[in-house]
Amino acid sequence: MIELGWTQVGLSALPLLGIALLFRLLRLDLDQTLLIGAVRTWLQLTCVGFILKGIFTHARWEWTFLFAGVMIATGVFEVVRRQKHRLRRGKSILLAVFGLSCAGVLTACYALVVLVGADPWWTPQYSIPLMGMILGNTMTGIALGMDTFLAGLVKNRALLETRLALGTPMALLMREQLRESMRTSMLPIINSLAICGIVSLPGMMTGQILAGNDPATAVRYQMMIMYMIATGAACGSLTTLIFLARTLTDARERLRLDRIIGCS
Amino acid sequence: MPVLHVDAFTYGHYPDTLSFDLEPGACLGISGPSGSGKTRLLRALADLDPWKGVLTCQGLSPTRMPAHQWRQRVMWLPADSLWWTSTVREGLAPITDSVSRLFDCVGLEHTLLEAPTAHLSSGEKQRLSLVRALLLNPLVLLLDEPTAHVDTATRQHVEQCIQRTREERGLCCLWVSHDREQLNRVADSILFLNHPGGPT
Repeated sequence: MIELGWTQVGLSALPLLGIALLFRLLRLDLDQTLLIGAVRTWLQLTCVGFILKGIFTHARWEWTFLFAGVMIATGVFEVVRRQKHRLRRGKSILLAVFGLSCAGVLTACYALVVLVGADPWWTPQYSIPLMGMILGNTMTGIALGMDTFLAGLVKNRALLETRLALGTPMALLMREQLRESMRTSMLPIINSLAICGIVSLPGMMTGQILAGNDPATAVRYQMMIMYMIATGAACGSLTTLIFLARTLTDARERLRLDRIIGCS
Repeated sequence: MPVLHVDAFTYGHYPDTLSFDLEPGACLGISGPSGSGKTRLLRALADLDPWKGVLTCQGLSPTRMPAHQWRQRVMWLPADSLWWTSTVREGLAPITDSVSRLFDCVGLEHTLLEAPTAHLSSGEKQRLSLVRALLLNPLVLLLDEPTAHVDTATRQHVEQCIQRTREERGLCCLWVSHDREQLNRVADSILFLNHPGGPT
């Protein structure tokens, strides 16, 4: 594999600096955001590179699990941060933890134990990249699903209560909301599944090919990860939304939007 | 046995209790200043908001059946008429003979059946909502200012239509209105909710 030095990395950032300058000249108000993003990428990836090097060298389960824990915590933070409406008593956090832990971690464990079969199963070289990709996509799915669901309930409250008043069962209304939210949540991954390999070459496959691996092996890894990502995102979103629907209704088929911060 | 039996009933923030019975075909008018809890009372009776006390419809408590079945018996008609279908026909489906009879009853043109709901006036929407509710044959109709968006002539139409349905089917009503004259015309008795101390 051709080694890439810091000079090349610096040169790759040079056109981006030019773009930021152009944005500034055009007064698009994007130059600062772009530069901060570029610096964050450099900082975060450099730190992660050092940490991963240490974890891979020592290959201890404690460090691997700690890293996975940090990934889940960051995922939960991102899910909650992206919500326009949040539940009272930190229930948004609990739901995000539950969804990410159940779906993301279980899917990653299935991939590691049953599919990859690394020995030991938590071998950091396999577990960390796989878990990162699965958790990242599950997080996006959960965040989109929760946001659509909550925003839909708040926006359509009067309409939903009119339908409840006419004797429509709450289960039917929640199923409609769930369908809409799941569609939004799954759209990115369904698009990825549809265009994968035609419009775009996925990152994991590209990385393996650049590292000199057999393209056939890279393709099989990519297929496996795509199916796992879709499974994780679907399970995570579905479980989170089902629990969200239960939280925002009660046994008497009433909407309990008073459990959302800022709603009465 | 009364159709609706309400005893020692409290809802929302009211410390006082309400008690009344509605016999078949009866209409109880509800009056009171804005914020006195008229809509809240209707919502609580429809079991859309929490309540305490005794509440039965034909001897059955809401807790004895799924909430949506209770709401099919004791139906709340909100003041704002909302539609989620693209046409009136879809919203009133399945279309039976009762639809044209009820259109005549509330003074609506039959051509409105094919109209897109987005093009309806608020008065048309309100009358169509009444038709939609009556088609479901509730035992008690909780009317929240059912003529707020209609002109005087149409108001009489709606009042007469509800009066006729009460006589024919024994439909019971709770009728919320700010118009005391209207309540005198349509209601057998009037309950005045006094803010903030509670009902009187």
